[in-house]
Amino acid sequence: MDLSRAERVVVIGGGQAGAQAIQSLRQFGYEGAITLIGEETALPYQRPPLSKAYMKGELGEDRLYFKHAAWYEDNNVETLLSQRVEAIDRSAREVRFEHGGHLAYDALIIATGSRPRALPIEGVELKNVFDLRGLSDVEHIQPKMIEGQRLVIVGAGYIGLEAAAVARQLGLEVTVLEMAERVLARVTSPVISEFYERLHTDKGVDIRLGARLSSLKGEGGKVSHAVLADGEQIAADMVLAGIGIVPNIELAAEAGLPCKDGIIVDDDARTSDPRIFAAGDCTVRPLNHYARSGRLESVHNAIEQGKLAAAAIMNKPRPNIDCPWFWSDQYDVKLQIAGLSQGHDEVVVRGDKSANKFAAFYLKAGRLIAVDAVNSPPEFIASKKLIMSGAHVAPDRLSDTTISMKEIAADAA
Amino acid sequence: MPKIIYVDHEGTERPIEAKNGETVMETAIKNSIPGIDADCGGACACATCHVYVDEAFMGKVGESEEMEQSMLDFAENVQPNSRLSCQIQITDELDGLKVTTPESQH
Repeated sequence: MDLSRAERVVVIGGGQAGAQAIQSLRQFGYEGAITLIGEETALPYQRPPLSKAYMKGELGEDRLYFKHAAWYEDNNVETLLSQRVEAIDRSAREVRFEHGGHLAYDALIIATGSRPRALPIEGVELKNVFDLRGLSDVEHIQPKMIEGQRLVIVGAGYIGLEAAAVARQLGLEVTVLEMAERVLARVTSPVISEFYERLHTDKGVDIRLGARLSSLKGEGGKVSHAVLADGEQIAADMVLAGIGIVPNIELAAEAGLPCKDGIIVDDDARTSDPRIFAAGDCTVRPLNHYARSGRLESVHNAIEQGKLAAAAIMNKPRPNIDCPWFWSDQYDVKLQIAGLSQGHDEVVVRGDKSANKFAAFYLKAGRLIAVDAVNSPPEFIASKKLIMSGAHVAPDRLSDTTISMKEIAADAA
Repeated sequence: MPKIIYVDHEGTERPIEAKNGETVMETAIKNSIPGIDADCGGACACATCHVYVDEAFMGKVGESEEMEQSMLDFAENVQPNSRLSCQIQITDELDGLKVTTPESQH
């Protein structure tokens, strides 16, 4: 379907994917109207710094925004902020707003993202219990990031650990509660989990593995303790929940678009409706390098699908599809991840763990499928290329630091 | 406000009034300069904001750190004056800085 002359493209969601789609539409020469509908009060901004440099106070708010307000005017992009879409009416080709009114579209991009999974326990409504997803969350958290305050973080995923690093650096007393037997259990291998557990422990974070939070207790409406299943009570001035996200698929599902754990899209980020696209955290997409589909929670995915949707609307050649990649900054350690390690049958470690500079390579049937690179950019970049080429790589060469990653990549090509 | 001049691979110049403290990459993104992708938003994690720095300014933009160096090692068409623009902070000293973008960032 040729949508390049569409009168109006409507984008639901003002996160990274929505912002990218708009920018790419204009870049690809789309001249019709664009309306961006966002639930938050702020113009589109970067989320990654929220649990890193911005939370720490090292990066000003103005530097979070992708574009200045003037850009939207100059590029004829209408922004409807603090607005919720209540329903998508596919037969009328319009979206309906919660507070009344509707807006017609010729093409629609659903970039509704995800929301933090709520703690399923008593006491979550107490004061000083926070999620960490948006700018407004950090506005509440940051004033309490004061030396000596006691912070309990629930969940040792990336968000929880990044927040723990910031809090420790600001002098808070930090306890991390994790149900699993290791940190980052959902996203990485034991070798990386052990490294990060040691890193945080060395910095003075109290990491509790196999810990079951049973409730939060309060005094005068404010949280005072995290209560564990075994009865232990951990004193807390503030509790931060980081136990994963839930994709916002409801609008799409109620409009009859096929969904699983996300809105199902094809290689062009198109849903089963040729006029409707979806991009970012809320989608289930083909994972080309892995012969399956899945949901990716990442900046890379939001940007790529934003571009894919814009290119498809404009009938442009499909932009390159990269292998999934991610990063995490904790203290002075940068983790760069390429690929998806699920299903690996071999792990090869290269470098020196005690020097905070090493990489874990994940192989499946002799081919590289993922890498976790700790302070090791060459391992990360070279692996991206190797993963996409599907080349066989010899494990003993990967572990041999006398052979450069450049050589390894060149040999395999 | 220092002026940064972005030159695309075909030689077209785009002068931009920049803000001190922002990076050469951020200024490019906010002003929709073509040729700088900056997929990671400045975390020095993706090497898609590669630029060539005008020789006259090489002494003023500072040295690249190890992380940046190793990212650049794998970028395409690297030259001695290659930098990642997310790692160059704008100061008054950089007024008039010319950076040229490569034909492709991938």
